[in-house]
Amino acid sequence: MTRVRVAGGGLTHFGVHPERTSRALFGEAGEAALEDAGVDREDVESVFFGNFMGELAEHQGHMGPLAAEALGIDAPSTRYESACASSGVAVRQAVQNVRNGEADVVLVGGAERMNNLPTAETTDALAIAADDLYEVRAGMTFPGAYALMEDAYFEEHGGTREDLAHIAVKNHQNALGNEYAQFQKEIDVETAMEAPPVAEPIHLYDACPITDGAAAMVLVSDSYAEEHDLDAPIAITGTGQGSDRLALQDRDELTRTPAAEDAGAEAFEDAGIDPDDVDLAEVHDCFTIAEALAIEALGFFEPGEGIAAARRGETTATGDLPVNLSGGLKAKGHPVGATGASQVVEMAKLLAGTHHNSDAVADATVGVTHNAGGTVASTAVHVLEVVE
Amino acid sequence: MSDEPARDAGYDDFLDAIAEGEPYYLECPEGHGSLPPRQVCPDCGASELSESELPEVGTIVAHNVVHVPTPRFLDDTPYATAIVDFGPVNVTGQVRGLDPQDVENGQDVTITIGETETDGDRLVVFEPV
Ligand SMILES: [Zn+2]
Repeated sequence: MTRVRVAGGGLTHFGVHPERTSRALFGEAGEAALEDAGVDREDVESVFFGNFMGELAEHQGHMGPLAAEALGIDAPSTRYESACASSGVAVRQAVQNVRNGEADVVLVGGAERMNNLPTAETTDALAIAADDLYEVRAGMTFPGAYALMEDAYFEEHGGTREDLAHIAVKNHQNALGNEYAQFQKEIDVETAMEAPPVAEPIHLYDACPITDGAAAMVLVSDSYAEEHDLDAPIAITGTGQGSDRLALQDRDELTRTPAAEDAGAEAFEDAGIDPDDVDLAEVHDCFTIAEALAIEALGFFEPGEGIAAARRGETTATGDLPVNLSGGLKAKGHPVGATGASQVVEMAKLLAGTHHNSDAVADATVGVTHNAGGTVASTAVHVLEVVE
Repeated sequence: MSDEPARDAGYDDFLDAIAEGEPYYLECPEGHGSLPPRQVCPDCGASELSESELPEVGTIVAHNVVHVPTPRFLDDTPYATAIVDFGPVNVTGQVRGLDPQDVENGQDVTITIGETETDGDRLVVFEPV
């Protein structure tokens, strides 16, 4: 089985770009990825594209061919949809494609256009990641679903909204200097605490923004990297995926995310590492409580301990395990179908020393990305390591 | 083909049963509970599913108060949604008969069918015992 290298990555600005189609956004990110990789587009053998709500936002299905066309690539191209984990799952498919010898060069990423819809319609579109019959028709929104998990967490483990505000403050701090981030604005705990409610106990600063953007990367086999003398010091050494029952009401517990536990365990075993070996992580903080659940599911913290990790300084840029040095979904933004791929792009740069926050993790060799769909009914986890 | 939206078999039957005061859940030979539509038990795959009576009273295990709704609930905010434990199954619905801010976990409720303020669509509603 060949090892998979990250040859290059590209991102658009994450932000409010309602006039830009997802195909145009992906064209920009993909072009940047090919240039960064120094790989000829003719060498790309397959395209893996993540997108969640194209039908609702752009009246566009069948986006795989469009994604390849946007890059002038003549190769099989498939769209992957797993809600907010769409491009994390696409990355996993791309990794497996290279590993099993089907291809030496693949392009993988995702794009999402969201701000062209009014907020209520975007809320409606995001809600379809939940169970339509038993959740959406009962009035559950996407923030509302995480609010139920947060409420259950408080009930079982304690913790406070103020603990969660520290996660938001940390991720905003990390986004300062990230030219791709939607917010490059410091916030304080008081501001987060006083923000208006979205779905109590979730308030505005607990929630990621609505974002347009795209991410892409070129993955190559070890042998291709050597033959073409590529500067590709980072490898994806572990991949894992997990699923859970779609509706919260059908799960045994509301305060754990078994799909992420499974994906993490599989990815760590695949890479031959333990949670203790991990130097930094990019996790799916669509809401502040989601970051707490993620770092617990990955085994970095015991259940009930994740919520105050940022407050204790353990997951800040200067902590033992920096989490979301990109700014996370919270401050960098969350163009749903692009998020999983963008986490991997950011992580590769962090480990390669080319990220604005690389100095915070100068000696780091192992990073983990965690991309969750819906209320974590889908999760893709990847392990990235410095191999050169 | 008709211009009327089709029923969702199983789900709409479940709501009808609640409205008639005879709510049920699906039970497999192993005793796992689930809600329709189901071909097999999601826990064990058993295909012999029978309708069993849903316990009359359930307990709220988690709740929220929604302020930013989807279009179908624009005139309904703020409202509380809750996940209610009925024993063999949990059910999600809107809590009525209480100020949303007064809803608490541990509260015992019964299940009924209500309509949204916005469009009059029917939905699962919980009322305090
Ligand atoms: Zn069963």
